[in-house]
Amino acid sequence: MNDLPNQLPSFLRDLPPVVLWSLAGIFGLLLVATTIVWLIGRAKPGLDLGEVRQRVRSWWVMAGVFAFAMAVDRRISLVFFAFVSFLALKEYLSLIPTRRADRRVLFWAYLAVPIQYWWIHVEWYFMFIIFVPVYVFLFIPLRMVLIGETSGFLRAVGTLHWGMMATVFSVGHVAYLLILEPSAVVAGTGRADVGGAALVLYLVVLTQLNDVSQFIFGKSFGRHKVVPKVSPGKTYEGLLGGVAATTTLAVVLAPWLTPFSWHHALLAGLIIGFGGFIGDVVISALKRDLAIKDSGSLLPGHGGILDRIDSLTYTAPLFFHFTSYLYY
Amino acid sequence: MAETPATGGAPRTHDFGLAVPLPADAPRPGALGRGLKHLFFAVVVRPLVAVVLGLNVRHRERLPTAGPAILVANHNSHLDTMVLMALLRPGLLARVRPVAAADYFLRGRAVAWFALNVLGVLPVMRGGRKIDPSYDALAHSRQALDRGEVLVLFPEGSRGEAERRQAFKSGIAHLAADRPEVPVVPIFLHGLGKALPKGSLLPVPFFCDVFVGEPVRGGEERWADDRAALVSELETRIEALAAEGSFAAWECRHASDKVEMKESWR
Repeated sequence: MNDLPNQLPSFLRDLPPVVLWSLAGIFGLLLVATTIVWLIGRAKPGLDLGEVRQRVRSWWVMAGVFAFAMAVDRRISLVFFAFVSFLALKEYLSLIPTRRADRRVLFWAYLAVPIQYWWIHVEWYFMFIIFVPVYVFLFIPLRMVLIGETSGFLRAVGTLHWGMMATVFSVGHVAYLLILEPSAVVAGTGRADVGGAALVLYLVVLTQLNDVSQFIFGKSFGRHKVVPKVSPGKTYEGLLGGVAATTTLAVVLAPWLTPFSWHHALLAGLIIGFGGFIGDVVISALKRDLAIKDSGSLLPGHGGILDRIDSLTYTAPLFFHFTSYLYY
Repeated sequence: MAETPATGGAPRTHDFGLAVPLPADAPRPGALGRGLKHLFFAVVVRPLVAVVLGLNVRHRERLPTAGPAILVANHNSHLDTMVLMALLRPGLLARVRPVAAADYFLRGRAVAWFALNVLGVLPVMRGGRKIDPSYDALAHSRQALDRGEVLVLFPEGSRGEAERRQAFKSGIAHLAADRPEVPVVPIFLHGLGKALPKGSLLPVPFFCDVFVGEPVRGGEERWADDRAALVSELETRIEALAAEGSFAAWECRHASDKVEMKESWR
């Protein structure tokens, strides 16, 4: 009776305990955040916390869906990430100017999402890594040429491919982490049997906490702007404070969730810290170009899905290739 | 309720050479149709609207929660009707009646059956008055409002070019004047003309916007002796709703596209 795992539903029993504990940790963090917001609200009744409350509430929903997707089984996790890609691509295509003539081309672009995730499901790494940069890249201009509309061609083909790379190719790397086999990950190190799900948690949790800590450091100490024209709220203090916090956490979490040695964990933390910042400001530049504040309204308090996964478009491929180069 | 103005004497059927002649009284779906309507919305429309489209609704609280009421929106796509019907609270679905062109939906038997019995449309013959002076295009709408139903009406008269609004026709002003207490809710729709434009059968996913405006009533003093004022007020409100958003329109620079687009690449 003292054996906790045997009391869990069967699908949870198959997960490495460390993944379960990490998921529990996410909800613990949210509980802390909710309590802090509640205490501030009580201490300063005049303060308008509407947006912060919305933001925390959306975090609960996101964490719930993410935890469910990660816990049930790998296929559900892949469907979840495919759906994230689909929503991000849909949001992107709804924001940018598109040509009436390209409706059918956009249909093919959407079709690339399930195909890309199918390569991940069948663990065909080579196809996964070239499908969007090679085949989609070559096919979309062909499809546009067959329609025959040349006015605005370069802009249409360029914007569409950039969106495919950011929302389908980059985000797909999170999903491919799931495929990394425990044996392969562990081979060089002899460390505990962790596997891909733990790497996904490590990447996603660090990327999201990096956003939060850069925001908090920036709010508290921010003075010197990094890219004032693109994102006036971003400061060196926020960036460096956030990177420091993220890197520390990366080193602390690494023994449980990754096969990394401490200096590799340090590097991974720096990659996620700086990569997350760049992803954030790149999407900011896109929104500024389109003269919009949020990319959508799917996540109350956060904006759209692109606002939430902007950092991930950089951290996911960078972290994936770092990890697979060293340990795969 | 105000009296029904006698335009053409007692109600009677009109044939107009349609597959299904227009009945004397406003048609109502039977129990089977109502069941199919709920099924169709639960299985097809609501999942399609939630997953393939995704709606960004502003001012949802301005939507009517009970009939009678008239929803008035700009029209670019067959999806417009579906989205507006799916937007109201599910309990109201059976009472929502899209006003639809008889000359389009009642041409063929199969489509006519689906439109009349499942969607529960109120067919209106466009230009019917010219063919038969005794035809009163608004008679069925007045009957439906008197039964407490919610009308969905597109005063442009037809689906226009995607994301281009055409001038509103005056029928809505007459209807509002005949039923002065019924709220007329202006709604701005965006993106549906991109997802499924006129003439296309392939829906392509896009996030769409639905902005709901403050209702007006036909009985208000300001258009007591000028019905056109109500029409232009509705147009103004929908324009104002459109201005709340920031949209990337179709890029439209092809010589054959005669419509002018707003500068979309700022």
